[in-house]
Parts: sequence; structure tokens; C-alpha cells
Amino acid sequence: MMNRSSLSTILLFLFFSASSAEHNARTERISGSAGDVLEDNPVGRLKVYVYELPSKYNKKLLQKDPRCLTHMFAAEIFMHRFLLSSPVRTRNPDEADWFYTPIYPTCDLTPTGLPLPFKSPRMMRSAIQLISSNWPYWNRTEGADHFFVVPHDFGACFHYQVEFNFDIKQEEKAIERGILPLLQRATLVQTFGQRNHVCLDQGSITIPPFAPPQKMQAHLIPPDIPRSIFVYFRGLFYDVNNDPEGGYYARGARAAVWENFKNNPLFDISTDHPTTYYEDMQRSIFCLCPLGWAPWSPRLVEAVVFGCIPVIIADDIVLPFADAIPWEEIGVFVAEKDVPKLDTILTSIPTEVILRKQRLLANPSMKQAMLFPQPAQPGDSFHQILNGLARKLPHDRSIYLREGEKVLNWTAGPVGDLKPW
Amino acid sequence: MASFHKEEEEAKAKAEEGKKSTTMKLSALHQSYLNRRRSPLDSSVDAPSKSFLAVFWLVLHCLCCLISLLLGFRFSRLVFFFLVSTPSSSNLYSPPFRPDLPPPRIDLTPSNATTAEVKTSSSRVVVGRHGILIRPWPHPDPVEVMKAHRIIERVQREQKAVFGAGGKGSRTVIAVTPTYVRTFQALHLNGVMHSLMLVPYDVVWIVVEAGGVSNETASIVAKSGVRVIHVGFDQRMPNTWEDRGKVEEEKLDGVVMFADDSNMHSMEFFDEIQNVKWFGAVSVGILAHSGNAEEMVMSMDKRREMVDEVEERSSLPVQGPACNATDKLIGWHVFNTLPYAGKSAVYIDDVAAVLPQKLEWCGFVLNSRILWDEAESKPEWVKEFGLLNENEGVESPLSLLNDPSMVEPLGSCGRQVLLWWLRVEARADSKFPPGWVIDPPLEITVAAKRTPWPDVPPEPPTKKKDQMSLSQGNNNVVVIPKQQQQQQQQQQQRSSKVRKPKRRSKRNKHEAKPTDTTTQVSSSTKHHQERN
Repeated sequence: MMNRSSLSTILLFLFFSASSAEHNARTERISGSAGDVLEDNPVGRLKVYVYELPSKYNKKLLQKDPRCLTHMFAAEIFMHRFLLSSPVRTRNPDEADWFYTPIYPTCDLTPTGLPLPFKSPRMMRSAIQLISSNWPYWNRTEGADHFFVVPHDFGACFHYQVEFNFDIKQEEKAIERGILPLLQRATLVQTFGQRNHVCLDQGSITIPPFAPPQKMQAHLIPPDIPRSIFVYFRGLFYDVNNDPEGGYYARGARAAVWENFKNNPLFDISTDHPTTYYEDMQRSIFCLCPLGWAPWSPRLVEAVVFGCIPVIIADDIVLPFADAIPWEEIGVFVAEKDVPKLDTILTSIPTEVILRKQRLLANPSMKQAMLFPQPAQPGDSFHQILNGLARKLPHDRSIYLREGEKVLNWTAGPVGDLKPW
Repeated sequence: MASFHKEEEEAKAKAEEGKKSTTMKLSALHQSYLNRRRSPLDSSVDAPSKSFLAVFWLVLHCLCCLISLLLGFRFSRLVFFFLVSTPSSSNLYSPPFRPDLPPPRIDLTPSNATTAEVKTSSSRVVVGRHGILIRPWPHPDPVEVMKAHRIIERVQREQKAVFGAGGKGSRTVIAVTPTYVRTFQALHLNGVMHSLMLVPYDVVWIVVEAGGVSNETASIVAKSGVRVIHVGFDQRMPNTWEDRGKVEEEKLDGVVMFADDSNMHSMEFFDEIQNVKWFGAVSVGILAHSGNAEEMVMSMDKRREMVDEVEERSSLPVQGPACNATDKLIGWHVFNTLPYAGKSAVYIDDVAAVLPQKLEWCGFVLNSRILWDEAESKPEWVKEFGLLNENEGVESPLSLLNDPSMVEPLGSCGRQVLLWWLRVEARADSKFPPGWVIDPPLEITVAAKRTPWPDVPPEPPTKKKDQMSLSQGNNNVVVIPKQQQQQQQQQQQRSSKVRKPKRRSKRNKHEAKPTDTTTQVSSSTKHHQERN
């Protein structure tokens, strides 16, 4: 009995290894520090309860400005829609492991489409006040088993990086603002990730920014078209509106790229907005993903989807799903001070390493993990978020507070945030 | 005068206020000019210093206006600013900010790395900010450009290997070429060799030589970069026996195709044969070209006469699989020898077209596993090789099979002609220098029997008539070594640079210098006669 079962398992193992060996010729399996988790199925491993908030927090904002569905912060809206129809959703809050608050704090756009984060702290406060007064679950743990999707530039800090007078005191204050005090115990699902930065909480889950999947699918070209561009980048190098002198935007890294490599024929870099942007990425070997005002950018998602090796120029950045995806093996990291030597660095990478990176990028589960497809598909970003949440389970007993115990300071933060929304 | 000054200042103020409108400036200038004009009439008590000052201010004002017009901002203000304020920073503030100009940058040198971070007193460096780092020579380094191109080339090769052949992966192409040493062997073998060198898959080239291995063939074949198995064979060519031995011996795995050395293969042919499972057939274009040009001309006339047969004649005969509408093999197109009856030849050298007598091997490709001994996965419709009698040879490729209907038609069911069959050879008794290298220079005269063109082109009727005597009759081929020809040309070039040597030159130029040419010609004839 034992021999037969062991024999069959050995045979199965051989069969799978043989089939995967063939698969390996073109792609490679991706295993990060959390293991081989990209293809895990979260269903059955956690339960999420979705609060019912008045529509002024979500639907009305979207109705006012439908652009919120297409900009790079649209993950918060799609996450809400996904959870409403997902099998992990439970209508019984007592058996839920995680609680989700459907609020769209980034859906307040300027006429040009950039989000204004100034009212977001107040919106968040009022939402939390609502859920803490209508349901007992917030007070039970002071939010430690709640999670929020905050895809803005600096996550739950809800501000821009630099106040535009160059007084140093102002800058320090802006960073000192930190994460909204009420969210300090909650898990934040955000795009921003930078090590040793106040706006990145320890237990946060970093997600990729939203990139429209259908649009990218529509621009795919056959994979046998030879990659002839060495390095590709399209975007701003100087932000003349906000930083005319240069040196502040991207901490000077983008400007350094331009000044050093504008004469280099290997570097196809410019500020154009070509219609063939996606196709050009598929014809390139390296795609630069430098920081902007924030360290993350949708270029990373685009590079991964189109098989172009991302060259990440952002010191101390934390990339999406860093525990599930081994970014060191997939992308190239260049320190900002090494930008003048970028061509030397890139040409000195051994070809075997480059080919391996391309094989890793060709893995369909890698591409799927970066996308937010409508409707959701297995292995996509939604599922990776749930996997990340599932990996944090079971909750430690200490998060449950005793009766009457209060940890959060409801009056902390700038006075302007305390005004009702 | 005070009023004049006031007006002057008013004019200046007006000009400065309405700086951007040139009309106002003009009016100001006009006014000041009028003022100036008025002043000699008006005043009488003007001190020369005051007028000088007025003129000075006027001139300065006009100058400022003009410069402002050019530069587009308040030049006077800028001058004032520079004179009054102390320069506070090493960076020159360039007002106003022009987006097309690069902003002030910090050039980085390794020693000054820290000082580069120090900025003006008005702004402070944020933690982590480097300033815009630029290396001293921001231009591409040729060594790195080469490295990058090698990387690109390697990536593209990998892409091709993975995605190129329909993603199926590439099978080795085993090319079998029968050959023998002859005049045109180098011509044909080089052609096949170049085709095989271009094939993007692995190639094993089995060269079977009749009459044993020879150095000639070996030297030609060694220049290819592909793996070559050179085999000698002493009997009449039955095509596959030697190769089978080789294929079996080394367990070569791939697709076997027959590359006769005078055939022409297209690159798509190699892509298409990757698709063969066991036994495939492709369409071969037959170029039934006769070796005799006169014959060809005659046959073309005949073609024009036979109107009703035009259709048949104009299409290229093709040997290959025939399919019905549902792409199933139903038969074979073979070469119809009837129109050429009486005019065909078996051996090359006779004055007639060489035509294929039966099914040509080159139109068939096989999976090399068919030739292996162990019948692991061979389909039953393939005969065992051991059963076929070695001495008889294999008459037709189809006789290798028990069931000829299992042949796979390739190239969209025979509609694509992927290779061409041609037999063009020199005469059997033609001589050629070994290795096609002429060394030492020859001085041989060979009588040519039947060339349709005159052996030596007739000289143009110039003063060089003396040279006509050099040729010894129409039937002979004079092989003048090239060095001597060049010498003659050089002599004539030196004589007069106006004319081109040995070409029809204009009479006028000739007559200009009659004496020189004749002397030159006579000297060359003398020279030649001495040699003779």
C-alpha cells in the first residue's frame, strides 16, 4: 500500500518536473521570499466583510468625476467592485477576518486630472467615525483588523512631498505629518513604498498602480519581432511648473539621465507622447523606471507586461508584492548617484543574466500579478492583495483591546483635519 | 530746461511703462526727438553740461529700449539689479526662466562631490537630494556601444530561437549532397554551402562524393561554418545508403533533405521542412534549360508558332504533390518529358537540356528516425531498410514506403515552389585550374571549337591598327596574361592622359598628337613581337 502510493507520487512528481522543465525553456517559475505564492488561491483562506457606507463616500464621488476610473489611482474603486462580488466576501461580520471600508479618498481631481489630497484626511476621519459608531468592530481592535486602499502618491500621508517654497522648515513639517493617526493600527494597501519613510507602515501591502489592462492588451505585438532598442524612456525630465530650477523633481535623477544620455544613440529617451508607446516598449530591452515626485510609477507595470526589463532608479524603494516577487532577479536597481554611469552598468550585465530576467518576465503569472483586469482573473493583483492579507492571518490575540481601552488619539494631527467633512 | 528734463523723464517713464508696445516707444522716441528739436529753438541759456547729460540719458534710454526689444525683458532693471545687489550664488540666475534652456547644472567631478550639494543661500538641500549629477564627458563610449550591440544581438537570437520557428523549437537539418569533382563543382557547391550557412537552425551537412574523398571537395567544404561529414563513395549513386549509415551511426536526429549541389533552395524551404512528421514532399520547380543557346532561341520561336500549346509552355514544370480541394494528397505532378522527346539528354555535355528522368529525390524530406535501425516509433508504412537490396539501389523515393499515400505535402500542399532543380555544367573536357587559382600566369592558347561569339573582340578602327596583327585568327583564343594587358594600358595612359586606353577615342584628340601614339604603338608592337 505504502509502496504503491509512494511510487505513484514519485511518478507524478517526475511527470510534473518533466513538463515544467519544458516550460522552463521559455519562462521560469517565480518564487519570492514568501515562497511560490503568486498562484495561490485566497478563496477559503480568509473572509472579508465590506461595510455599507453612504454613497457620498464612494459612488457620488465617482459620478461627479468618472475620470477616477481610468487614472493610475483607480485601484481603490476596482478593489471595491471586486470585493463586492468575490467569494471571500462574507455578509456575516462576526466570522470576518478582515474588514474593508469602501471609500475613494483619491477621487477628488483638479481640472487637469491630478488628485488633490487635501480633503482626504477629513473624509477618512468622518468615515472612520461612521463605522466606529455604527458597528462595534472598529472599537474592538481600534482598526487593527481593518484594511484600507490608499493608492495616492504618499499613501495615507495624504499630502504632496514638497511645499513649493524652499524653506526647509516647511518641508520637514510636511513629512512630519505622517500617516493619518487614525490609520496607524490598520493595514494599508498602498502604492507608495519607501524604506525608512514615515509614510510606509511596517505591515503595509504594496500594490502596483493601476494600468488599464485592455488598453495594454490591445497594443501587443508578436513576440518574434526583434528587440532593437537598448534603453527606452518617455516622460518628463524637468518639472518646469513646480521645479523650474531642476534638482528637486525626482531628486535630480531624471535630469541627470537626460543630461548624461541625451546624445547617446543607445538611449531612446525623450519627453514625447508617441502613439506607439506600448509597441516601442515591446521593442526595447531595458525600460527606465525612475522616481518622479513619488518613487513609484506605472512604468513598472507597463515594463513587466511588455517584457522589458525595468531599470529602477529610486533609492530605498519598496516594490509591489515584495514578499511574493523577487524583484532583484527581475529588474535592475541603480542607485540615484550612479546615474551618470548607467550605460556602463547596463552594458556590463552578463547576457545570461539578461536572458534569465527576460524569461522571468515572460512568465504569465508575473504579468497577471501586476494587472487589475475587469472581471478579475486568477492570479491578478486583487488576488495577490488577498493573498497578502491571508498571509497576515491569524491575527495576534493582542490586537483585541479590552473593554474601554483606547489606543488611538482621535484629536491628533493638524487642526485642519479635524473639521467635519 | 527743467521742463525739458521733466518731459524727458516723463517720456522715459512712459517708455518704461509701455515697454512691451513698440508704438509707445516710438512715440516716446518721437517725443524726445521733438523735445530735442525744440530745445535749441527754445532755450538759450542751456549749460553745455545739462544738454550733454540730457543727450546722454536719451542715448542710454534708446540703447536700453533697443536691447530690451531684442532680449524681451527689462534690461535696465537687470543692470540696476546687478549693480546694486551682491551676487549671492555661484549660479547665475537667468531671468526669466526659459524652458528650452537647461537650468543651471552642477558639473560633477569626483573630488567635488560633496561641494556640489551646496546651493544658494535661498534654498537648502533635502536629505537624499544629489543635485543633477553629470559626468565630465557625457557622450557614448564606443566600447560600451559595442557591448550593447552584442547584447542586443544575443537577445534577438534568443527571441528567434524561442519564438521564431512557430515556437516549435528547431530541428536539425541534415543535408545530403552528392557531388563529384568537375569544373562547375566549386560553383554549385558554394551555392549550396551559402544556403546552408544561412539556415537559422543547426545543420549537419553530409557530402557524399563519388570516387572517394578528394582534396578539392574537402577544401571547398571546409570553408563552411557548419558541421560537415565528408564521405566518399565508390559505386554508382544510390543515394541513401552511405547517408543512412552515417545517420544511424551518429544517431542524428532531425530532418533529412537532399541538397543536390546544383539546386537552388529558398530559405522558406528550410522553415517549411521543420513541419514534417515522417515523410514529406515539396514542390520542385524544374528549370529545363538547354545548354545550347541557339537551340533555345529556336525553341522560343517554335513556341510562338504553336499557339495552342502556349499555356503549357509558359508555365514552369513542377514536380511535387498534388492535392485536391481539401488539401489531401491525391497524386503527383511529375515532369512531362514528352514535349522534349528527342531533345533530352541524360548526360551533361550533350547539346540538349538535361531533364529529370524520374522522381527527383530533392523533392522529398524525411524524419531521420526513419533511417534508424530500431523501429521504436516508426510508422508501419515505412519499409525496413534492411529488407531493401543494397546492390540495386533505390529507384524512387516512394519505394521506401509501403504506403505512398501517407506522404505529407508541405508548402501549403504543394502550392509553394520552395526549391528549383537545374542541371548546368561545363563541357566534360573543359579544363579548369586546380582550386580556381591561376598561378603562375599562363601563356596557353587553347583552340575553342564551337563558341558562338568571336574569341577576340574586334579592335576599334583607330591608330592602333597595328595591334590587330596580334590576334592570330578568329578561331583562336588568346590568353594574354593580365599583367601584360595592364602594362599596355599603362603605357598608353602615360602617353597621353587625354585618351582612355583601348577605348574608342575621339579622332580629334588622336590627331592632336599623332606622333606620340605611333611611336608608342610601334614600341609596344615591337615589344610584343619580341615576346612572340
